[in-house]
Amino acid sequence: MKSLFFRDLKLAIRAGGGFGLGLAFFLILVVLVPFGVGPQSELLSRIAPGILWVGALLACLLSLDRMFALDHEDGSLDLLATSALPMEGACAAKALAHWVTTGLPLTLAAPVLAILLNMPPDGFLWIFISLAVGTPAMSVIGGFGAALTVGIKRGGLLLSLLVLPLYVPTLIFGAEVARRGAEGLQTTTPLLMLAGITLAVSAVLPFVSAMVLKVNLR
Amino acid sequence: MLDVKDLSVARGGVPVLEGLSFSVPAGQALILRGPNGSGKTTLLRTIAGLQPALSGQVEAEADSIAYAAHSDGVKGNLTVTENLRFWADVFGTKGIEHALQQFDLESLFDRPAHALSAGQKRRLGLARLVVTGRKNWILDEPTVSLDTASVQMFADTVRGHLAEGGSAVIATHIDLGLDGTNFDVTPYKATQKKLVGFDEGFL
Amino acid sequence: MASLWEYANPLKFMRLTDRVLPWVSVGAAACLAVGLIWGFFFTPDDFRQGSTVKIIYIHVPAALMAINAWFMMLVASLIWLIRRHHVSALAAKAAAPVGVVMTLIALITGAIWGQPMWGTWWEFDPRLTSFLVLFLFYLGYMALWSAIEDADTAADLTAVLCMVGSVFAVLSRYAVNFWNQGLHQGASLSLDKEENVADVFYQPLLVSIAGFVLLFLALVLLRTRTEIRLRRASALMAREKLQ
Repeated sequence: MKSLFFRDLKLAIRAGGGFGLGLAFFLILVVLVPFGVGPQSELLSRIAPGILWVGALLACLLSLDRMFALDHEDGSLDLLATSALPMEGACAAKALAHWVTTGLPLTLAAPVLAILLNMPPDGFLWIFISLAVGTPAMSVIGGFGAALTVGIKRGGLLLSLLVLPLYVPTLIFGAEVARRGAEGLQTTTPLLMLAGITLAVSAVLPFVSAMVLKVNLR
Repeated sequence: MLDVKDLSVARGGVPVLEGLSFSVPAGQALILRGPNGSGKTTLLRTIAGLQPALSGQVEAEADSIAYAAHSDGVKGNLTVTENLRFWADVFGTKGIEHALQQFDLESLFDRPAHALSAGQKRRLGLARLVVTGRKNWILDEPTVSLDTASVQMFADTVRGHLAEGGSAVIATHIDLGLDGTNFDVTPYKATQKKLVGFDEGFL
Repeated sequence: MASLWEYANPLKFMRLTDRVLPWVSVGAAACLAVGLIWGFFFTPDDFRQGSTVKIIYIHVPAALMAINAWFMMLVASLIWLIRRHHVSALAAKAAAPVGVVMTLIALITGAIWGQPMWGTWWEFDPRLTSFLVLFLFYLGYMALWSAIEDADTAADLTAVLCMVGSVFAVLSRYAVNFWNQGLHQGASLSLDKEENVADVFYQPLLVSIAGFVLLFLALVLLRTRTEIRLRRASALMAREKLQ
């Protein structure tokens, strides 16, 4: 499991699509939104948590389809399936690697981008906390979607269609934490809900993903 | 040691081979023969446990099977050593030096795999098999895009593997000069006019 | 004693539905005609909402069926995963397009109703938003069915998606409730008017709900029969290849 995790990290770094691409996409999105909604700083600071969360979500989606598809194409997945490593473990390791290469850099970059959007300084900590707690759920849920669409050629669009509705609760609670934090309100309830979602999906979904992968391999 | 008893396999709901029984004792190889589309790949995938058998059994020791197909499972962005070390870690074996040596990959050890030629990549894919440390090799057309010298190298490797008490089931069209039985799958072509499982219920 | 599972056999299912379908269709047409005509023409206008209230006879039953169709798909998917009855998987597949149309009807009639009532076509109200999310779930489910070629693989994967989706749909419902409360109060849709609604409105509403249930049943049976015939056709072609 450890070796699979580190291999995926290495692959993501060397392919240049890992840290770089997702972050660049995130940055571009945050730069583009003011062009769309206008430069009023007051408006931007109000919608900043939402923009950052939606941006993080889309950036996360960007590299999902490669999670299993590449290994499926070159036969690695067959070999993994015949190895002693349980598929559930492989799914968890891959989701973790995906998080480290996308979710983690996005979380670290978000407070910096929050400055661009004129977010009140109180919010920096909360956007960081909410993304740190919420993005693992997005990687795990995304892993389930990637496992579902692994056998489908050009499954990227389908993957988005399947995964985005599943992101709704995570997005709502995550953005709510950030928004309340920025406005100086109580964040306990949404934060607990967000953490609950992350823990629950991390515990359950790798098993479901493994089951789905086995169906796809036969 | 690999025992196949009265095995029937299906592809996409249509039976392709049925009533297969053979046994591959330690130190022996079984060479599968048969024209394209005769179900060799399906049979090998079933033996490897990647797809369920229609009926019958495959008996092998737990965790004794290594499967290699047309695709190499080689990552272009990793070096030769990294590729092999990864599979060694996954299969819980140590030491990749002998695998590098056997397939003459030592001089290429720090070359990223995408910079290898097709034949070299194939050799790396086969070196991966040695690294698994598994006893039963299930190989699907392992010699595709290998030159004569590399085929020889491969045959030597399989021979070495057999000498160490391993066994192999290989689907191939060329003669590897291995010590083993030829097994033609053509006579086992599924003759039943029935479809698999429940599809028949729709008729 | 005949068990219900016998109808998991496609032939028995076809034979049974062949007899049942006409009755269900006629029942659906009759209930819908009675319910809608009664509701539209023979009930008084609401003293506040005027005649716009009458869209309730389409809106409420469609919304009910939109949720129940998903629930039926969930049950059928579970039956497929546990007992491997092909008819069950096909019934789930058949219900999805009907469910998505019901969701659309509920959304559109809701918008038409909402315009005169609260002066807006759309409001990100918890209920409306949940329906929009449900609509997306239906789309994903149907897209996955059509994307996979092997019938059994498709049935397995969509069944798993349906189960996981159900959990997330319920979760979204709660999340959306939470989210909206956080944003603004009021402007809540009170669809559960039954308590305030006098019997004159309530009775035709019940009849049209029965009509929608029967309509859903008829459409699902019809579509399941079509799916079974499609499977039969592909089975015949596969068998031909064997010979």
